[in-house]
Amino acid sequence: MPYFLDFEQPLSDLERQISELRRLSAGNGVDLTKEANRLDKKLEEMRKDIYSRLTPWQKTQIARHPERPYTLDYVRGMMEGFHELHGDRLFADDPAITAGFAFLDGRPLAVIGHQKGRDTRSRIRRNFGQAHPEGYRKALRVMRLAEKFGRPILTLIDTPGAFPGIGAEERGQAEAIARNLFEMAQIRVPILVIVIGEGGSGGALALGVGDRVFMMEHSVYSVISPEGCAAILWKKDKNDFSAEDYSKAASALKLTAEDLKRLGVIDAIIEEPTGGMHNAQDSDFLRIKELLINTLADLEGMSPEELCARRIERLYAIGNI
Amino acid sequence: MAWFKEDKVVEKKVKIPEGTWIKCDACAEIIYRKEVERNYMVCPKCTYHFRISARERISLLFDEFEETHGELAPADPLQFVDTMPYGERVRKQQAKTGLKEALICGNGRMGDRRVKAAVLDFGFMGGSMGRVVGQKIVDSVEEAIAERLPFISVSSSGGARMQEGIYSLMQMAKTSAAVARLGKASLPFISILTDPTFGGVTASFAMLGDVIIAEPRSLVGFAGPRVIEQTIKQTLPEGFQRAEFLLEHGMIDMVVERKQLRATVAELLTLLA
Ligand SMILES: [Zn+2]
Repeated sequence: MPYFLDFEQPLSDLERQISELRRLSAGNGVDLTKEANRLDKKLEEMRKDIYSRLTPWQKTQIARHPERPYTLDYVRGMMEGFHELHGDRLFADDPAITAGFAFLDGRPLAVIGHQKGRDTRSRIRRNFGQAHPEGYRKALRVMRLAEKFGRPILTLIDTPGAFPGIGAEERGQAEAIARNLFEMAQIRVPILVIVIGEGGSGGALALGVGDRVFMMEHSVYSVISPEGCAAILWKKDKNDFSAEDYSKAASALKLTAEDLKRLGVIDAIIEEPTGGMHNAQDSDFLRIKELLINTLADLEGMSPEELCARRIERLYAIGNI
Repeated sequence: MAWFKEDKVVEKKVKIPEGTWIKCDACAEIIYRKEVERNYMVCPKCTYHFRISARERISLLFDEFEETHGELAPADPLQFVDTMPYGERVRKQQAKTGLKEALICGNGRMGDRRVKAAVLDFGFMGGSMGRVVGQKIVDSVEEAIAERLPFISVSSSGGARMQEGIYSLMQMAKTSAAVARLGKASLPFISILTDPTFGGVTASFAMLGDVIIAEPRSLVGFAGPRVIEQTIKQTLPEGFQRAEFLLEHGMIDMVVERKQLRATVAELLTLLA
């Protein structure tokens, strides 16, 4: 049973109707196929319509959709021969971040991304994609390996934020994030970044400094979640908040891919199939793979010095006054 | 990240009552104001370090200071409206503090040493970092590189400034990149953390000092204590996220009393560069 968001409910209803028609058609000798096909078309149009005028809050929900592809799905969809590496060599391995090496079109690269779980157990194990300092330090360790062996880096961002907890503070959550920002500014190999789902604040940015930054069409990227924003703005009890409050906050934050493109924070938006990446086909991953190959080719001719200089220039230019 | 409900905190903590007497936030003693001022705005009874403005900080730390980029004031890139439009909020804060933004930067002198410095003011929107604050840090650091000078920052901040959205988040990356460039030029960066410093400021330049100093008992962390309590549904241990806690966990180099701060920084600069 697929998972439907509130605003997708009409789609769910229609899908049920269609499958019922097909069932009757098969059992009764009455041919309802034509009607089912007509409804199929209607379903597709309806999906297109809903997805063409999503609000920022609806996009936030799609970005968090439980069936949306996560980092390891992108790895499977675009790469071969992935080997995951574990641990920060200091404290622990953080399952909220996946890191390793794989082949993209026959060429090795490092791939690092937040990783959420699919079922209750794996969601808890991966802490809902909220990393601890050891996650960011593992990411940095793998980035340094990539630099050492001249491999480009791809990071995939999908996190509600860095985890706020006692251990995280004890082990220097702030320092771990800051260190990644500091190091990623000067890593001497190309870094490509894609926000694939939730770009939650500092915990997202800690993997987000690159030469090219992309966002999936229905991903979001923000300094604070709509819920956090609403809590600060309207200061009421958590249970008193309505979807409308969150919707207002999401709009105010300007967190959609379109917003960030307009604000000059990202380089390009990667189109999603109608209905979002949770309806992705193999061809959608191959399309993204193609984009990565072409982007890496663009960066290939640059010396490490030029690469780093341009990366910092790109950063400095964001929102410059 | 940790955004304080800054209005409330400001009213309660930062505003030091005018007049002859002053009440200590920590021990609740009523003390003669002049006595506290003579003592670097530290309670003579319990050594509580009062929160001080950027201007007070500068006069305590430097023999001479010339402000730069003082004309930069926040714009409203997102047209952000919460309980009031962001532009109006900024104007109110400017009227209250006499500052254009939450950070003062410029050229400082400590003895015979010239430095570049950037000082946050918690009284202005909780010392939050938006485009102007980030830009002033980047500019100061770049000037330090160009003029071959050390860089000193004094932080007190609730974190990134929500009202400037993604641009605030990007200041973390910008300021950290600037600090990386400073390091490449072998110029020292001394980061001073004061009460309170959180969120996007600790998770960027403030935790990247070559030497990190905190004032006693300062609350410093990534996530605010309330956010952590709500997340883990546990009461936080005594002393959690205090300067001494950070020292014990290896996150900072030293805890230094306010009256020793200027001498300590000057000596460190001599040792480093
Ligand atoms: Zn006292």
